[in-house]
Amino acid sequence: MTTLSEDVERRGAMIPRPHRVRARRQVSHDTWTLELDPVDGRPVAIGPGQFTMLYAFGIGEVPISNGGGGPGEENRLVQTVRVVGAVTRALCATEPGGVVGVRGPFGNTWPVARARGGDVVFVAGGLGLPPLRPAIHQVLRDRDGYGRVLLLYGARTPADLLFLDEIETWRQAHGVDVGLVVDAGGPGWSGEVGLVTRLIPGIELDAGTATAFVAGPEIMMRFVAEDLHTRGLDLDSVHVTLERTMRCGVALCGRCQVGPTLVCRDGAVYRYSDVGPLLSVKEL
Amino acid sequence: MATDTSSVLLPDALEVIVQELRGRGWRVVAPVRRNDAVVHDEITSVTELPIGWHDVQTPGSYRLEHRGDGAFFGYAVGPDSWKRELFPPRAALLSARRDGRASTDGPGDTAGTGTDDGAGFVVTPAVPDRRRSAFLGVRSCEVAAMEIQDRVLLHGHHVDEDYRARRAQAFVIAVNCTAPASTCFCASTGTGPAVRAGADLVLTEILDDDHRFLAEVGTTEGAELLDLVPRRPAEPADVAAAARAVQAARHRMGVTLDTEGLHDLLLGNLEHPRLDDVADRCLCCTNCTLACPTCFCTTIEDATDLSGDVAERTRVWDSCFTLRYSEMHGGRTRTSARARYRQWLTHKLATWVDQFGSLGCVGCGRCITWCPVGIDLRAEVAAIRADQEAGAGREGASR
Amino acid sequence: MAGLPKLAVWKFSSCDGCQLSLLHCEDELLPLLGRIEIAYFPEATRTELDGPYDVSLVEGSVTTPEEAERIEAVRDRSEVLVAIGACATTGGIQALRNSADVDELARVVYAHPEYLDTLETSSPISAHVEVDHEIQGCPISRGQLLDTLLAILTGRRPNLPQSSVCMECKMLGTPCLMVTSGIGCLGPVTQAGCGALCPSYDRGCFGCYGPKELPNTAALAGRWSELGIPADAVARAFRTFTGNAPAFREESDRHG
Repeated sequence: MTTLSEDVERRGAMIPRPHRVRARRQVSHDTWTLELDPVDGRPVAIGPGQFTMLYAFGIGEVPISNGGGGPGEENRLVQTVRVVGAVTRALCATEPGGVVGVRGPFGNTWPVARARGGDVVFVAGGLGLPPLRPAIHQVLRDRDGYGRVLLLYGARTPADLLFLDEIETWRQAHGVDVGLVVDAGGPGWSGEVGLVTRLIPGIELDAGTATAFVAGPEIMMRFVAEDLHTRGLDLDSVHVTLERTMRCGVALCGRCQVGPTLVCRDGAVYRYSDVGPLLSVKEL
Repeated sequence: MATDTSSVLLPDALEVIVQELRGRGWRVVAPVRRNDAVVHDEITSVTELPIGWHDVQTPGSYRLEHRGDGAFFGYAVGPDSWKRELFPPRAALLSARRDGRASTDGPGDTAGTGTDDGAGFVVTPAVPDRRRSAFLGVRSCEVAAMEIQDRVLLHGHHVDEDYRARRAQAFVIAVNCTAPASTCFCASTGTGPAVRAGADLVLTEILDDDHRFLAEVGTTEGAELLDLVPRRPAEPADVAAAARAVQAARHRMGVTLDTEGLHDLLLGNLEHPRLDDVADRCLCCTNCTLACPTCFCTTIEDATDLSGDVAERTRVWDSCFTLRYSEMHGGRTRTSARARYRQWLTHKLATWVDQFGSLGCVGCGRCITWCPVGIDLRAEVAAIRADQEAGAGREGASR
Repeated sequence: MAGLPKLAVWKFSSCDGCQLSLLHCEDELLPLLGRIEIAYFPEATRTELDGPYDVSLVEGSVTTPEEAERIEAVRDRSEVLVAIGACATTGGIQALRNSADVDELARVVYAHPEYLDTLETSSPISAHVEVDHEIQGCPISRGQLLDTLLAILTGRRPNLPQSSVCMECKMLGTPCLMVTSGIGCLGPVTQAGCGALCPSYDRGCFGCYGPKELPNTAALAGRWSELGIPADAVARAFRTFTGNAPAFREESDRHG
């Protein structure tokens, strides 16, 4: 039996490998989590922060972040997909037993291990939580290796907040300091209302040792990085993940350029000190 | 650069080369005159070359004229680049077939659902064309463009399989350029007019008293071909005549592009008002990018057949001047013409260096000639540079 | 059994040429009918199946009060509505009257204008109801029509690029006529889809596919002037098949 890398080498990076949907869970009104098993039995080894290109037969492909890494999720892909177009609609409509194509994993990883020994703050906006989830689990598996662990999570409405049960487990079983906030509250929401940045002034952390991992809309990441910097974090210690539409995922199509960098190849995880100046240029 | 392996061919010898290659079953692709332009097509004889023609190129204009001699290669590059051969507008990536049953009898090179139910599909990678091609009359700038595309498509972490196959099958007979256009600036980008490497054979056309070609060998395969062709050893006079012709070409080139500090100049002026000025003129028609021999941006097209059971994926040329190019689910990152022109200009001349270690421009001038409104990147860069040197343009640098 | 998805083909003010594109899909039509049922298509069949319809193709522009009402009814009965052709997407050639006196035109053209019941303007379908997809062109491309139908059946986005005709010329290897011959061509501001047909036959693009995305018509018209093309010719060029499309109409108005 060939290894996966030989297979990619032989057939090219552009050829999807069929994966069967083992389980599908609706995690919000427009978002589903798919668990995928390789049909050929050779699992994809994917790291926190990496992504795959998911293919819906005859419809197309989209880049989707690794959303797995939780207990019992070894040797399978866990990917959380929001319905925003034809491909994501088809992916989310794939019933258990159905098959989708997978290319990858591609891209770099959150430098979780390098954050060891200090505090860690995860900041997620909207669908930014799934890409952080593997990194959070990596930290929690090695909980004693880190100081304080914080999760600041903002979404548009309470209905858009994902994985609340799991977040509760993180809080209770692993001592994660959790702050939740929504743009628009509504009946039944007694928590914070506003942007995720409003949580930053109230957090306790040792800025000298802390590392931040931030995922969400670009504008949100910019404000979060600036506010964390105000709290004393070095911008080298703030890591963000950029989103660009990709066609190939392997630096052959040019689509995901942001100035000097190709997000699929050089990212999608970046030090904010490296990409912050690029994000501030309009329409770059 | 002439060496001991240099020899001299008479025009008839080129016909021998063409027939030898065709006899092997290879396609011979060369410049031909069609639709009032010199384009590339398969030839069966050197008589199909645009013999005696010359092109007059200025921004947004291209005209063919008679030279009054029998030069085989008396013109500069036309609208086609060899990209069309090596990285064609459309290339099949794969087909996928819904898999109703167990699939064990298919071709070996497939990946499928293998067994049980009917919900899966089998993926078959496209098989690249394996026919060999000889490219006759490749200019130095175009050899350089191939090397730039090699860095992108072959030498990264992943390889474009179709390009790899086509590149491996290409036999390159280059021609040192002796007929640059006013839009040419390969001397500025260090990519011509003389071919330095990357060709199997290099010819220099000499048009003094007797019409002949100085032939230099680039590869073993090139040497083997030359062995089959009537020729004589080159004499110092031949070598000198060839060198004079190339040197003259260097001096005949038009406006230059000052590459000194170009990377920082452009990236330091991302908000330069000159970009608004270009945006007023730019049609965002994509001609520059598709004529460019190095532009490699593509999209992928999905299609299904009438039954819905067979899906295909095709790599298709795209351009940073289209809106869909910067489309994300949250909107488009580059909607203004200014942003799209800036993306192209800075990519060619600055960020390509960051991404792939060289300029993305070989000075062929196609983007200038084939721009329907004649936008000249040399002039745009010069305007930004002049402004910078005059101490203005500070706004962009400080943002 | 749920049965096949139902297709309806509707005609408004138009010449029928775009509907015929569907019938011209000769080789593809029979296999297609294995996946979709023609429920309403007076041009092709007398069958009339009641709505609602899964897909409605709408040809023609809205030029009469009756059509303005009927398009609402079509929309109500259609899951996916596709406007096909220059008339349906821009108002068509008949929109030339939009800047003229309709009563006067009627008197000139018709012996008994009193029988006419017409609106002041010819307007695209999208001016009346929400349109899911627009296939531009006069007439539309058979390939784009088939692709769009298959895309709808598959749940895929149709391949309907909004970029320029120039992309098609370059992909075909047709040297740019403006550059080689200095003739006027609307390709740089016109949406792709025709396969760059006219330039392939040494004719400048007539713009029958309508404006591309964000067309810079002013820059193109400026270049035409430099090439020696008179202002009235520029005005006419922008005022043909899709002359009611705002970008083309405004550019035309600037030149006469």
